[in-house]
Amino acid sequence: MTPVQAVIAKELRGYFVSPIVYVVGSVFLFIFGFLAYIYVKFTGAQAIQLMQLQGGMAQINLNDLVFRNLFASMRFVLLIILPILTMRLFAEERKLRTFEFLLTSPIGIHEIVAGKFMSVLLIYLGLLGLTGLVPTVLMLFSDFDWNPVLTGYLGMALLGALFLSVGLFASALTENQIVAAFVGFGTLLTFWLISGLGALLGDTTAGRVVSYLSFMEHYDRLVRGLIDTADLVYFGSGLALMLFLTYRVVESARWK
Amino acid sequence: MIDVQNITKRYGHHTAIDRVTFSVAKGEVLAFLGPNGAGKTTTMRILTCFMPPTEGTARVAGYDCLNEPMEVKRRIGYLPETPPVYQELTVTEYLTFVGRLRGLTGQTLTSALDRSIERLQLGSVRHRLIANLSRGYRQRVGLAQALLHDPPVLILDEPTVGLDPKQIIEIRELIKSLVGSHSVILSTHILPEATAVCQRVVIINGGRIVAEDTPEQLSARLRQSEKISVIIKTPPADCEERLRAMPGVLNVFPGQGTGNFLVECALGHDLRDELARFIVSRGWGLLELKTISMTLEDVFLRLTRHEEGLSQSPEPAAAVTSNLEPSVQEAAS
Repeated sequence: MTPVQAVIAKELRGYFVSPIVYVVGSVFLFIFGFLAYIYVKFTGAQAIQLMQLQGGMAQINLNDLVFRNLFASMRFVLLIILPILTMRLFAEERKLRTFEFLLTSPIGIHEIVAGKFMSVLLIYLGLLGLTGLVPTVLMLFSDFDWNPVLTGYLGMALLGALFLSVGLFASALTENQIVAAFVGFGTLLTFWLISGLGALLGDTTAGRVVSYLSFMEHYDRLVRGLIDTADLVYFGSGLALMLFLTYRVVESARWK
Repeated sequence: MIDVQNITKRYGHHTAIDRVTFSVAKGEVLAFLGPNGAGKTTTMRILTCFMPPTEGTARVAGYDCLNEPMEVKRRIGYLPETPPVYQELTVTEYLTFVGRLRGLTGQTLTSALDRSIERLQLGSVRHRLIANLSRGYRQRVGLAQALLHDPPVLILDEPTVGLDPKQIIEIRELIKSLVGSHSVILSTHILPEATAVCQRVVIINGGRIVAEDTPEQLSARLRQSEKISVIIKTPPADCEERLRAMPGVLNVFPGQGTGNFLVECALGHDLRDELARFIVSRGWGLLELKTISMTLEDVFLRLTRHEEGLSQSPEPAAAVTSNLEPSVQEAAS
């Protein structure tokens, strides 16, 4: 087992011993299931209305009415839940004075950051995998196009990874877990809200730059079923930047 | 094994350590002695590559702490002030994690684990969560962690804090057993500990090294004269003068209570025999007679209290001797 794998194993163990994963996981899965149920019921009601109006079978598009709404709603859920998953990663080490131990171990800071990030990413992807039950069950009773669902999942995975890296960065800044969670929320919320600012500025250079910086339009395209290299670059570079900043913050903590 | 040259560490305007120079030979145990805030932990953090020095160089096992930190870290076992344990892991899980971080695998890891657990007598708690262990056990888990990969250099920041007296003795025995095979730096503010386990003592105060020697020589160097305490049952009124008139006696101070005197004589002249005969032959009634040696505690207090006077002197220990006299008087009176 390499040192990075050791860090991942230790973090996973920490997550499953503490109640965090169980609480956050249940809430996440409950909300996902609940939203899916609401959208399906709503779609059903619309279908009945349409049938009464037109007579015969109505063409109902589950992709548009269920999955797009579901994935769009999950943005906000992820924004609230993921900083709670990441808040302990570095803050706890600093609080319990194990930070010094990690940094005096023969393991690079990049390995520590990578290990911690991958452990929480694995947990998130696991939770995401469990939500796969919803489309699977729907598939048994209806007909829909899997491709936009899969790109939606890709969008959720990329957006989640980006949020987790922001949360990891926030956790490296402080030894207080609550502060880490709030810095995470605040940063993510800001990047949500600047999409409104971008819309306000309209089709100017500044407006386009601000809109590009927000994750909204990139995520929306994936949810609609479009895979654009520009969006993948956005998520990839954002992730890389946040992990790099985390690395620098951890490194600079030694100098203080 | 450890070579520190002129390291200085500043935090903004605050100088934590100031041009500290010392070295530790292979197999030697060195005590780092000083009051809280003297710079012990800072020095250790520099040696373990946790933080870089502002100036100067530190080398461990031939590797520079600044340029080759990985090589240094591989060769060090470090126990910080607070044992760096993860509460959510069991002792075995924790030590396995530590071993993997240090690149131990398979059979090597298992045997290192067993050896470490046996050495610190953690067998009975090896499957318990660290969160449920007492302070003493956690401290031992921390030590087991430092010893796990059998490093040539051990840096222990107050290793016996939080242990009960029996455990303290066990840990000291353990550290003594490392002499010869490992180079050890241990910081402490408990003086008997330094005397008990270390070959050499570095006294640090206000970020500067104020003395460095063996515990015996430190107290010998600071002793200007031999002092003998006598208690006499029925001292005559002129007792003090008559004692002072004895050949070889430099001075006599009255001690606590009647009949208690402190006799000072030149270094290397043991006057106990003559004193006993002198008093007994006059029928004063000799109740007690003993030499007073300076403990490391006295040395330490002298050195750390008179730090200002010392900094101007090229030979710190010599400068303190002049300050020594009144303190003994105070102690005796």
